[in-house]
Amino acid sequence: MALFPLGDLMAKQLTTPEFLGIPAEATEISWTKYGWVYLFAACIGFATTLAEPSLLAVAIKAETVSGGTIGAFGLRLAVSVGVALGIALGTFRIVTGSELYYYIIAGYVVVLIQTAYAPKIIVGLAYDSGGVTTSTVTVPLVTALGIGLASTIPGRNPLFDGFGLIAFASLFPIISVLAYSQIALWRSKHSSSHS
Amino acid sequence: MSFFKHPFVKQLGSSFLDLAPILAVVIVFQIWVIKQPIPDLGNLIMGTVFVVLGLTLFIQGLELGLFPIGESMAYAFAKKGSVAWLLTFAFCLGFGTTVAEPALIAVANEAANIAAKGKLISADLQAKAGYAMGLRLSVALSVGFAIMVGVLRIIKGWPLHYLIICGYAAVLIITPFAPKEIIGIAYDSGGVTTSTITVPLVTALGIGLATAIKGRNPMIDGFGLIAFASLTPIVFVMAYGILR
Repeated sequence: MALFPLGDLMAKQLTTPEFLGIPAEATEISWTKYGWVYLFAACIGFATTLAEPSLLAVAIKAETVSGGTIGAFGLRLAVSVGVALGIALGTFRIVTGSELYYYIIAGYVVVLIQTAYAPKIIVGLAYDSGGVTTSTVTVPLVTALGIGLASTIPGRNPLFDGFGLIAFASLFPIISVLAYSQIALWRSKHSSSHS
Repeated sequence: MSFFKHPFVKQLGSSFLDLAPILAVVIVFQIWVIKQPIPDLGNLIMGTVFVVLGLTLFIQGLELGLFPIGESMAYAFAKKGSVAWLLTFAFCLGFGTTVAEPALIAVANEAANIAAKGKLISADLQAKAGYAMGLRLSVALSVGFAIMVGVLRIIKGWPLHYLIICGYAAVLIITPFAPKEIIGIAYDSGGVTTSTITVPLVTALGIGLATAIKGRNPMIDGFGLIAFASLTPIVFVMAYGILR
């Protein structure tokens, strides 16, 4: 209700030239000026994902099916961190105006390499967590952020640069969940070799 | 049983905790970074109460309705053994839940406006509505197709990453040929399609099938339906952009 229009408004306020302290007619602005935007993007991505009902559903199911090996909260945390990183990088892409295509290819390559090394049991769940993160709660906020950014930054066209944040938010959780499982595996191996 | 131990009340509490980070981010940024007062504080509180209630009711509904429906259907189909009907059902489930998806309708309308501004289609209402409808149909078709192939994968026991790698390859091959305006929308539409109702139903269906079929592990084979359903729309939407 009033939560989402507010998020929308904040995204716009954070990207106005007045807030950034730059002259409105500037045509070239260094990407370092947008620090608060990246931080806001990461925080809002993390917070909305933690509250995402579809992710909760999948996490509950995963905990039941795995017999508690995969904790519902740990999974949600891993996914939220992934979304936070993804959206922050996505806003960076909009600010610098680089090609969406390259980032996505690089992400795919990382996912494929991780898949080869990750425990088999987590792969399906990790791939699924990419798709579930972005629904009712996250999409409207993130879309508003992307379009708001692309329309206030000089030289960006909302038509070409405004979309794509959701794509980042669906790709990065896969990487973070696979990484989470690898770290868990490595730690359990490490401790068992010591004992 | 005391009031605070009641499951519904406990769930209310944990729903509030789930939402607390959003509130924290909004309040901290509004006060310390943007330095503006929070507009409509009353509405914000009301909205938060509604969202907490809604989330609580949703979780109750999940355990009572959506999970059992998905699983019992999976068992019934596995028992009957008719692969053709199961695949038909899987397609209809994917198509039906996606074509009416509110997030998708919003994105399709937005895309039609953009296409009209970019002079891809004429700016009259009819052309826009036609474009948006075409977009929604291609996404719905792609999700139906994905769930169908995904179910076939569970039956046959193919490894998930083969499907995903094929999907990625298709995305990469088709991107250079797609019109520039549609690429962002196409990549986003993958994430938008799988909604709050579709996800629990499809997840329960996949896990139910993997549990019911001999030789399948629900953890390894049961997940993955959503993943494929978020990948195919990218390909189908770009194809739609090329073909029209």
